Amino acid sequence: MLKDITIGQHYPTGSLIHKLDARTKIIGTFAIIVSLFIGVNAPSYGLVALFIFLCVHISKIPKKFIVKGIKPLRIIIILTFLINIFMTQGEVLYNLGPLVITREGVRQGVFMAIRLALLVMGTSLLTLTTSPIALTDGIENLLKPFKKIGVPAHELAMMMTIALRFIPTLLEETDKIMKAQMARGADFESGNIISRAKGLVPLMVPLFISAFRRADELAMAMEARCYRGGDNRTRMKQARMLKIDYLSLLAIALLLAVLVLLRMLA
Amino acid sequence: MSIKIENLTHIYNPKSPFESKALDNVNLHIEAGEFIGLIGHTGSGKSTLTQHLNGLLKPTSGKIFINDMDITDKTVKMSEIRKKVGLVFQYPEHQLFEETVFKDISYGPTNLGLSEEEVLARVKESMKLVKLSFDDLKDRSPFELSGGQRRRVAIAGVLAMNPEVLILDEPTAGLDPKGRDDILEQIKHLHNQMGNTVILVSHSMEDIAKLVDRIIVMDKGSVALSGTAAEVFKHVEKLESIGLGIPQISYLMKRLKEVDPDFKDEIFTVEEAKEEIIKWIRRRKNA
Amino acid sequence: MGQMITTNNLMYHYKNNEKEVLALKDVSLHVKEGEFVVIIGHNGSGKSTFAKHLNALLMPSSGDVIVKGLNTKDENKVWEVRQIAGMVFQNPDNQIVATIVEEDVAFGPENLGIPSEEIVRRVEEALKSVDMLDFRHKAPHLLSGGQKQRIAIAGVIAMRPDCLILDEPTAMLDPSGRREVINTIKRLNKEENITVIHITHFMEEAVDADRVIVMEDGEVILEGTPGEVFSQVDKLKSLGLDVPQVTDLANLLIKEGIDIPSDILTVDEMVMKLCQLK
Repeated sequence: MLKDITIGQHYPTGSLIHKLDARTKIIGTFAIIVSLFIGVNAPSYGLVALFIFLCVHISKIPKKFIVKGIKPLRIIIILTFLINIFMTQGEVLYNLGPLVITREGVRQGVFMAIRLALLVMGTSLLTLTTSPIALTDGIENLLKPFKKIGVPAHELAMMMTIALRFIPTLLEETDKIMKAQMARGADFESGNIISRAKGLVPLMVPLFISAFRRADELAMAMEARCYRGGDNRTRMKQARMLKIDYLSLLAIALLLAVLVLLRMLA
Repeated sequence: MSIKIENLTHIYNPKSPFESKALDNVNLHIEAGEFIGLIGHTGSGKSTLTQHLNGLLKPTSGKIFINDMDITDKTVKMSEIRKKVGLVFQYPEHQLFEETVFKDISYGPTNLGLSEEEVLARVKESMKLVKLSFDDLKDRSPFELSGGQRRRVAIAGVLAMNPEVLILDEPTAGLDPKGRDDILEQIKHLHNQMGNTVILVSHSMEDIAKLVDRIIVMDKGSVALSGTAAEVFKHVEKLESIGLGIPQISYLMKRLKEVDPDFKDEIFTVEEAKEEIIKWIRRRKNA
Repeated sequence: MGQMITTNNLMYHYKNNEKEVLALKDVSLHVKEGEFVVIIGHNGSGKSTFAKHLNALLMPSSGDVIVKGLNTKDENKVWEVRQIAGMVFQNPDNQIVATIVEEDVAFGPENLGIPSEEIVRRVEEALKSVDMLDFRHKAPHLLSGGQKQRIAIAGVIAMRPDCLILDEPTAMLDPSGRREVINTIKRLNKEENITVIHITHFMEEAVDADRVIVMEDGEVILEGTPGEVFSQVDKLKSLGLDVPQVTDLANLLIKEGIDIPSDILTVDEMVMKLCQLK
């Protein structure tokens, strides 16, 4: 269940993609998302798919790992496909009672499904090849220029780091409280929705109290270690953009340019 | 209520890279009314073992009988097990959630489907057992009590289910010496009064040596030693090799026995040691 | 030896439900450079409140706290005080900030604005000093309690403090974790000459200290070498505190008219003194 979700998991292989600066990869991922929306026809989607497969190949991450990432989302993908098939107007192919399948619908449905699948693959590639720390640092570095207009770059990154740090701790805690309440006769598994929701109170209240207590203690510990926000703060690991990063960005820019061209020609 | 554990093995995350054997073929027999001290360091399998005893974990293989009921049998109702075996977790005050002490303690008995009068009687009784005043505290929020009091409220919450077997996982963790002595005193008192089977999980040989009928030492998922304090403390080297020790006073008596073989070394309290040393001094004077 | 920490008539009170609570009453203490001081006292005795004053996390209601010549009341010196007197807390989980061990150790130096290369050097040194260098790339949540506390100590050491204040760092650990942490603190005190103020309620951790301070109800009520303090068995017991079992035994034997010293702390001493008896 929880362990099937690959988004957010880091899979180190030491490949070229792993070594790229986080900023490059974040920009690249955004470019892929954008490209999926620029794309209008089969060749353009084919091009994006090719690009992603190439990245996966270079990254040395097992293919089945990437496929596993799509699995939890397959229902959404199938649903999008169906909605598009039935809801798009155009030339009628089939008549299923009140539902009509159109040629445009099929086309739209297939494209949407491909878009979603590629989107998930693209974004999970980012987290699979980038450690959470590099990722937060990358976000912080990218947002830095916007600090002047009030974007709290450092604070956002710090929040993400702490969230990542405490997710395993809180999961463990949830398990423990759940067991403790089960030992007192709690039942989290049966009953209707309302009684199940009510049954969660003995779990949620202690969990929230604990989270607040942890937050309080952590804040004090951070203060004791001279934390005073992002100003004048240095970093142990400084991210540096290398030649390969600029080359990668160039490749991505090229990809986008070709897609725009394809769109204009269509 | 007796407990019989046969060939109990538990493997976490089987068939995955994280596979780990937490219990390895454990066999134990605990008599009704026995007071057991379960000791072992973190990761020795003692928590895994206790969670099996009230059905929170299912064995990978092996059987557990509570009286003659096989609780690993799928047809056994969980509520039946929970009625018989009460489990107090480590830092139990972290599971409190109700607005008042009364409501929190009544959570367990209410889940058992008892009538309101019965629940009220149980809450009163269990608060008395942990020396909390029902009239003063029943309407207070558990969150405004002191640390030691909160812990006792949480223990009362399990006692109110009237378990015939009571398991406490390090009930004194994080308390100061006074709070620790209070809790241990109450557990002893409760055992004497109710005559139920008690399993006390602890890190501290000092605490356990004074209280229990039998000590069970766990190491790497197996029972390493089992017996009275006197029997277990004979194996100092083995205890030390698994990161445990014996009370300072027992070390002293062992050393003194090396000086004079007539010394009795099966001694775990300071009071007993004093008597023994005075006897020894008299013997020497007369000699 | 110079003074590391001095408190003069330190008072602290706060409001709780409209009621004025006096948490520290007139505490005057001196801690010398390189000293190993243990503070014992039960929950609510004010020892944690006291510790937080030494790191400028709390400000005195009246009186002064001087850390290496700096008054904690001086707002411009707060960060300097916190760098000089580093603090380790009770719960190992709630003081680790980063998702990788070495990143967490780097957190303090990063806050101080130290250049990258220097941080790398300090992190390595600090992890070595707590014997955790092999774990530098691990995620903290996979470590044991004792290991997490050693990481927390390394995080402070990387800031190059003169003084280490530990607020019940062993309360939530099992015996082997406790041993790891205590041995680490002792080594840092001896080898790196770091002043240690260790707060605990495990008396066995106080036996090797240079000085033991007993707090009760916001006041210092006993102070002296471990022998001097623990030999007052009846007083400590009446406060609900532990004494070493052999010290307890010595006290009982003295009451029976046997002539042995009252400040015996170890098994070896006890065996020796008993054998010397006429």
